[in-house]
Amino acid sequence: MTPPHDTGAGGRPARTRGARRLTEHRLFWPAAVLAALLLGNLALTHDFFAVRVQNGHLYGSLIDILQFGAPLILVSVGMTLVIATRGIDLSVGSTVAIAGALACEHIATAKDPGSLSTVMAAIAVALGVAAAIGLLNGLLVARLGVQPIVATLVLMVAGRGVAQLITDGQIISVSSSAYKMIGGGYWLTLPFAVLLAAALVAVTSVVTRRTALGMLIESVGGNPVASRLVGIRASGLLVTVYIVSAVCAAVAGLMISSNVSSADGNNAGLWIELDAILAVVIGGTALTGGRFSLGGTVLGALIIQTLSTTIYTLGVPPETTLVFKALVVIVVCLVQSPAFRARLSRRRRTAAPDPAPAAGDLTARRQEVHS
Amino acid sequence: MSTTLAKPLHRFSARHAARLPLMVTATLLVAMFTVGSVQYEGFFSAQVLLNVLIDNGFLLVVAIGMTFVILTGGIDLSVGSMVALSTMLTAWLVEQNGLPLAVAVPVVLLVGAGGGALMGWVIHAFEIQPFIVTLAGMFLARGLCYMISTESISITDPTTTRIAQTRVLLPGGLFVSPAVVIALVVLALAFVVLHHTRFGRTVYALGGNESSARLMGLPVGRTKVMVYAVSGLCSALGGLLLTFYMLSGYALHAVGMELDAIAAAVIGGTLLTGGSGFVLGTALGVTVLGLIQTIISFQGTLSSWWTRIVIGGLLFVFILLQRLFGGSRQAE
Repeated sequence: MTPPHDTGAGGRPARTRGARRLTEHRLFWPAAVLAALLLGNLALTHDFFAVRVQNGHLYGSLIDILQFGAPLILVSVGMTLVIATRGIDLSVGSTVAIAGALACEHIATAKDPGSLSTVMAAIAVALGVAAAIGLLNGLLVARLGVQPIVATLVLMVAGRGVAQLITDGQIISVSSSAYKMIGGGYWLTLPFAVLLAAALVAVTSVVTRRTALGMLIESVGGNPVASRLVGIRASGLLVTVYIVSAVCAAVAGLMISSNVSSADGNNAGLWIELDAILAVVIGGTALTGGRFSLGGTVLGALIIQTLSTTIYTLGVPPETTLVFKALVVIVVCLVQSPAFRARLSRRRRTAAPDPAPAAGDLTARRQEVHS
Repeated sequence: MSTTLAKPLHRFSARHAARLPLMVTATLLVAMFTVGSVQYEGFFSAQVLLNVLIDNGFLLVVAIGMTFVILTGGIDLSVGSMVALSTMLTAWLVEQNGLPLAVAVPVVLLVGAGGGALMGWVIHAFEIQPFIVTLAGMFLARGLCYMISTESISITDPTTTRIAQTRVLLPGGLFVSPAVVIALVVLALAFVVLHHTRFGRTVYALGGNESSARLMGLPVGRTKVMVYAVSGLCSALGGLLLTFYMLSGYALHAVGMELDAIAAAVIGGTLLTGGSGFVLGTALGVTVLGLIQTIISFQGTLSSWWTRIVIGGLLFVFILLQRLFGGSRQAE
């Protein structure tokens, strides 16, 4: 079912010229959409790009987008790796809620909520439990061969219940300046959350792109059987990927709860898994696995965050963002779909013959299927 | 899995693979009812069971539609939002536009079936994963709810309230709501369609192996579109039943109902890989979910979130069961 795994990024025949190469770069369309959205905002709000320094902190709409988008970026980066292995992790939203609940519960019941050691312990507890969640998901997928969507559905359903169990159904408020730092603090004039997200994205991309890990992940996603035959230990890799995804979600959960100084088991991270999948798809990572682009995912997450900001600026009820997100999903998926491209190119060819259809073999396959 | 115990287990499972989860679910149901009856005063009565149906009639209808989709190996994540959209649309048409219920109901059903068919067509024509298309449908339907109104619309229309308060009396002083009757009729229809029509056989064939179904000359595309249309229709109908139950339209109705519907189908023995399952099992699954809620409310000291945890736990157990006893499908 998956499209043939070609030679990878930049492996196309050298028939392209400069401009064409630019538009064919995998990050071009996400970057163009983001730029268009930002420019559209400039037309709506004239000081949209203004960034000012106040009390030694940077303020401005762009900074806000980065700060509020940081949790989504983290969750999406974890999700990218999972999707690259042809999987999906639906439990990240619940993990966000559980991590926030655990950390806040730990701080709220501690003797000195403000001390660094308390906060460190709270973070350790949250990340440890998240790793266990990832381990469970990974074992279900890798060892028992359960479909990823099903395996992670379990914790998506139960996880939110667990988060409410931890908070006892209440919203736990904490007053800890050290904890507040994670999601709402500033460091070197920048929001700490942005720096944290940037650092984690950098680490992930170095680890996956400067070592063989990224290639192994793509290999497992591209063709699990072939990778097993060449001796890649897929199950260890899969478990690792799900643990990374859960830990990323936990850090995002800490950020979200820290930013509002409270944990809400019911609403924290609600539907973030869907936003994360959307970000990954917009970023050009195919849901069929085998190839991923962390840069694209970050752009995708920023697009979603900018879209939300725009909706707020327009004064439209924020809930209607969902309609726009749906339209974006549909368009992006159609553009990614080989069948859709084949239809388009077939239509174009009847109008004016195209000498080199990129998806020629796919068109042939489709016609065969339809006849 | 090459232990000595596994062999007889596998031989047994080979013979009863399809029905085993159903038997487990039936046993579970009896066990839960027995434990409830022993534990809590007033639990052991037919009305308690009927109340489970009254409180979950809409879920049953939605889960039946979901079963069709899962049987073909697909999934429909849009059902919860579709239910919410139906409640919203009904309330909006009846309350704010003054249309009679007899006009609103067909409109809502048509929107549901049409939306489902559209998603099915996109899934088939562009070969996009059902999961992502119905995810978009989920966003879209939920967003459309908010476009109608961000507030809850309560229904005061006399016809609607009269239907909502109707009791269908049964012998022995028992009663059910009209919604239960409708849900049971839908169940019977679904049973007949799945097990006694050509369409039903194609649904199973499609879930068993799509390429084989295509090579056999079965109408793969048409069936896929139909299946999602059925699911859309069922969620719209489920939404109508929920409207009568709640007497309001609200964009936050039925959040997470897609998960309950999937859980009901899985607990009822439908394989999530498609091709195997029973719609009657789904009815058992819905009853199990309802009984969990009943037990938790009888217990009194347990909070509502335990429902989610228990449903998740059950889902976990049944997915493991599917893996262990669905041996024949492990080759994938």
